[in-house]
Parts: sequence; structure tokens; C-alpha cells
Amino acid sequence: MAFLKRRRFISVIGRKSAVPPGVWMKCAGCNQPVIRTEVGANQWVCPRCNYHLRITARRRIQYLVDPDSFQETHGTIVSADPLGFSVDEVNYSYRERVKKAKEKTGLNEAMITGFGRIESTRTVLALMDFSFRGGSMGSAVGEKFCRAVDDAVRERLPVVLFAASGGARMEEGLLSLVQMAKTADAVRRINEARLPYIAVLTDPTTGGVYASFASLADIILAEPGAHIGFAGPRLIESALKVELPEGFQSAEYQFRNGFVDRIVNRTELRPLLGKLLRYLSTP
Amino acid sequence: MTRSSRATESGLPHDLSFEATIAAIEKRIEEAASDEDRAAAQAELERESRRVFSKLTPWQHVELARHAQRPRMLDYTSRLLDDFVELHGDRALGDDPALVGGIGRFRGRSLVVVGQQKGVSTDEKVKRNFGMPHPEGYRKALRLFELAERLGLPVVTLVDTPAAHPGLDAEQHGQGPAIARNLWALTRLHTPVFTAILGEGGSGGALGIAVGDWVAMFEHAIYVICPPERCAEILWRDPAKKELAASALRVTAAELLELGVIDAVLPEPGGGAHRNPDAAADVLAEELDRFLAGVDEGRWTLEARQQKFRRMGRWEDAG
Repeated sequence: MAFLKRRRFISVIGRKSAVPPGVWMKCAGCNQPVIRTEVGANQWVCPRCNYHLRITARRRIQYLVDPDSFQETHGTIVSADPLGFSVDEVNYSYRERVKKAKEKTGLNEAMITGFGRIESTRTVLALMDFSFRGGSMGSAVGEKFCRAVDDAVRERLPVVLFAASGGARMEEGLLSLVQMAKTADAVRRINEARLPYIAVLTDPTTGGVYASFASLADIILAEPGAHIGFAGPRLIESALKVELPEGFQSAEYQFRNGFVDRIVNRTELRPLLGKLLRYLSTP
Repeated sequence: MTRSSRATESGLPHDLSFEATIAAIEKRIEEAASDEDRAAAQAELERESRRVFSKLTPWQHVELARHAQRPRMLDYTSRLLDDFVELHGDRALGDDPALVGGIGRFRGRSLVVVGQQKGVSTDEKVKRNFGMPHPEGYRKALRLFELAERLGLPVVTLVDTPAAHPGLDAEQHGQGPAIARNLWALTRLHTPVFTAILGEGGSGGALGIAVGDWVAMFEHAIYVICPPERCAEILWRDPAKKELAASALRVTAAELLELGVIDAVLPEPGGGAHRNPDAAADVLAEELDRFLAGVDEGRWTLEARQQKFRRMGRWEDAG
């Protein structure tokens, strides 16, 4: 299946540590050798085939925000282990997993929030990072998004979200599920304050994040080829016993079905966001 | 494994294995020769039900919540409401039989009632897609929520679904955005919303109609982020570890009350709601009545619902 094949490749080259520090790398999109530094210089988009590799939230900030304008907020909000989710029989501990994720990524959580200028427009940003527990949303991510929204409402700033998430965080159980309602309520506050909210859906944006704040934006942009959908493709395949069509739940598929405003190349995001923020903030 | 074949003995097909002793006493009550015998067996039944149900494992709660005989949404509405006029269609694409909605009369007042109906017979289950709504269902619910707000009617949502339907058409029609829109709409719906989790509260499929001022949950219902089987598959690549997942996920009403994500636990009649649907419906009716009385006394505000959800979650501040 094309989708699964693609994902397998991502796991090979998407993780930086798995790539040998060579000059060449193989692009997961076109399967051709490409020069690593060229891909990096192109914001980790294949210069041959426009394949968009997953990137970290820190890189996003670097590509997006005016130099030295980013001020991180709420960075001390971290996951607790509210259910005491450790299962000795399978040697699984949520606390341990979170600790490892922190060490691996250098992040405190799967979302970074802060203030920053995008082409001079001051903005509240929320950026998810798939490398931290699959960008999953637990209590900390939900709370950070809500606090970022509070900042925006207080200072009358637009909100820009970069979504990247496999869905709700399993190990916080129903506390994760209700973050969907909590973040939807945050979007309500942005709306009632009459402030613009733009979401950029990146690979992947699925499950509980897609079914809450990520799909409630005023303007929804997506990166080419990003996987966007509610139910996981493997779940659908096993439930329906069908093979999924090529390109199912791709950004292009969601665009065709009317759920995405525009598909935007990563290198063109900054100017487009800058323009939209200017147009919407100074009508 | 847990299904026993006691169908002919108890009259209740699909008894769960831990219900066997209860079913045996029920049979004795049925066949009792004298009133004395019957009374004695009745007393024993109560003791035995209490004994069995006082030490249910989380996985047994999952089994009870999915029990083939568990009362469905329409079993409750037929008992709870004096009348119910079902309304159909999302005004855009179609009508979803998995999500039932309409106008109900309850103790002399009108309500908008919305819920998932899993189905009883095989035909009905298929027709209703086992209670798994499509986006059309969530949009029908939304349309009825808005109707309730316009006309000043309280909303009652009755949750019983394994999940929102995972499928090609559901994705094509925007399952994620449809659920998101309902969550958003419920955080601003200016009319009282009462929610009851009847059996299975399955993830976003449940939450899409469950952002209530007052969320009550039956004692043996479950409310989950993900079915325990699937959680075990995702985390440990082994669906057979479902019992471990059911414990770790905290799926029971008592645990969820403690976590502050539901507001009340509705006690079930001895042996579970399926052994006495009338009594279970009475419990639900009284809870709804109390809620509406509070509304009548001016104790309802939209802000309270918004703040309740705003506060949900448990995190640490390392700063």
C-alpha cells in the first residue's frame, strides 16, 4: 500500500539520527539520491520532487518568524502522569516515556507556544512537534494551547497554529479526550474576540487534534502531501476490509473535498502567512 | 471466552461468565414453588449481585457496557419521555440512523433529545451501523442543538457508541471537522445541555455530543479515549492485552468522576441496567429532573459549562 510504504521511508529519513551523516540522502518521495545540504537549504523539501520531510517545531520557528522575534511562553507546562499509567506486565511506564521523549527531542512537550513576528505582524504561535510522542495531545498540550489563546485575546493578536499530531495521548485517557472540548472552547474565545486564527496542517494531522482545534481555524492551509484525517488508515482498512485509494487523506484529497483552503509549499508559507496576517489584522 | 451459553437457562442470551451465578438464582426465582421460596431467592439474588458487582474488574465493566442486553438509547427514551417525535436529516447530505434526534416531552416540558442508537436486532444493528455515526449524524445533532437554542429548549444527549464511524465516506464528508464543529458549538450553545453516558462512550464519537453542563454516567458504563483492545494494539502490539489496557486507561464511571471529567455516577439496579431497564430509566429520569429543577431555579449559566471544560486536565508546572 502506497501510504504505508511512504510512512516507512519517513521513519528512516525523517529521524535525523537514523540518517548516516553522509553527503547524500535518499528522498522518500522520488527515491532518488539528493544532496543533504541542498535539501536542508530548501527547508527540508526535496528540490527534485517537492517531497516535504517532517521537521521539528524549532525549525519551523526558524523558517517562519522574523529573526530574534520569538519569545517562548508557558514552556514550564509539562505532562504529569494523572492516571498513574504504568503497566509492569509489559514493562510500560508513561512517565518513563515522557522522560525519554524530553531527552530525545530537547522539548518539554509536543507543542511550543510563544509570541513572534511573521513578516512584522506580531502573532501568537502554537507549533506542534511530531517527534515528541507523535505530537499527541494530553493535558499539557491542551493547557498550553488554551494559555496561548488567552495571551492572544489579552493582547489582541492573531493566532497561528502548526498542527502535527497522531491524535490524543493515550496514556492520559479521558483527560486527553476532553482536551478536544477544551481546545474547541479556546477557539470559541478567539472567535468571540474577533481575532483571526490560521491553522497550517502538516504531516500528519489526525485523530483528536484534527477533530478539534486544528480544523476549527478561520483559514486552513496544508503542506503538500501531508496526511490529514480523522480515523487512521489501518483502522479503516481493518474495519472495512478494503484497500484504500491512492492519496486517501492526503492534503490534496482534503483540498478536493473542501476541507482545506490552500495547499502551500513550505518555502512559500512565510510570505503567504505574512500577507494574510496583514490583510486580516488591518482590514 | 467470557461469553457463556446460558441462553436457555436464564432467558437472557449472551450472559457474561461472571453473571452465571446471578442468572442461576434468577432461574430459581422464576421456578419458585412458593412465595416464601421466591422471597428467599430474591434476597439471595440481591446478595449475590452485590457480591459479584462489588469486585468487577475494569475489563468486566467494558463487557457490561457492551452487553448485548444492555438497554439502548431508545429503550431509555421510550421509558423517560411521554412522547418523542423523531426528526431526520442533516439538511445537506442525508440522514444518519446511528444518531437519533428529535423533540421529546418530559414531565410536561419539551426537550431536544439526541443520542446514538446501537440497535438490538441484527437488522437494526446493521441499519444503525452499530451506533457509529457518520458526519451526517453529527451535523443532524448540530442542527437540532441550534434549534433548541433558538426555541429555548433544554438539550438532552444520550451517549452509547463504540466510536465515530471509521470509513471512506465518513472521511470524505469530514468526520473530524464535523465532530470539531459540534464541540465548538456546544461550548457556546446558549441553552442547558444534560448528557448521560448510557453504555459505551467511545472517544471523539461520544464527545461530539457530550459537552454538557452536567455529564452523568451510568455505574457500569465506560468512557474511553480509545477501545482497550486498540490501545493494547497501539502501545504493546497485542490486542490480547486489553485487560491491562482497560485497567490502565481508567474507563469506569467511579474513576472518571475522581478525574473530574464527569459530574455524577448513576447507580444501576442490582445486576446491571440490563436486568432491570425500568429501574435504570427511573434513575436517569430523576437525575434529569434534578438538573431541570436547577435550571428552573436559575442555577444554569453558559459560563459555568465553559469554565468546567477549561479547567479539565492535569499537568505539572515545572517553573
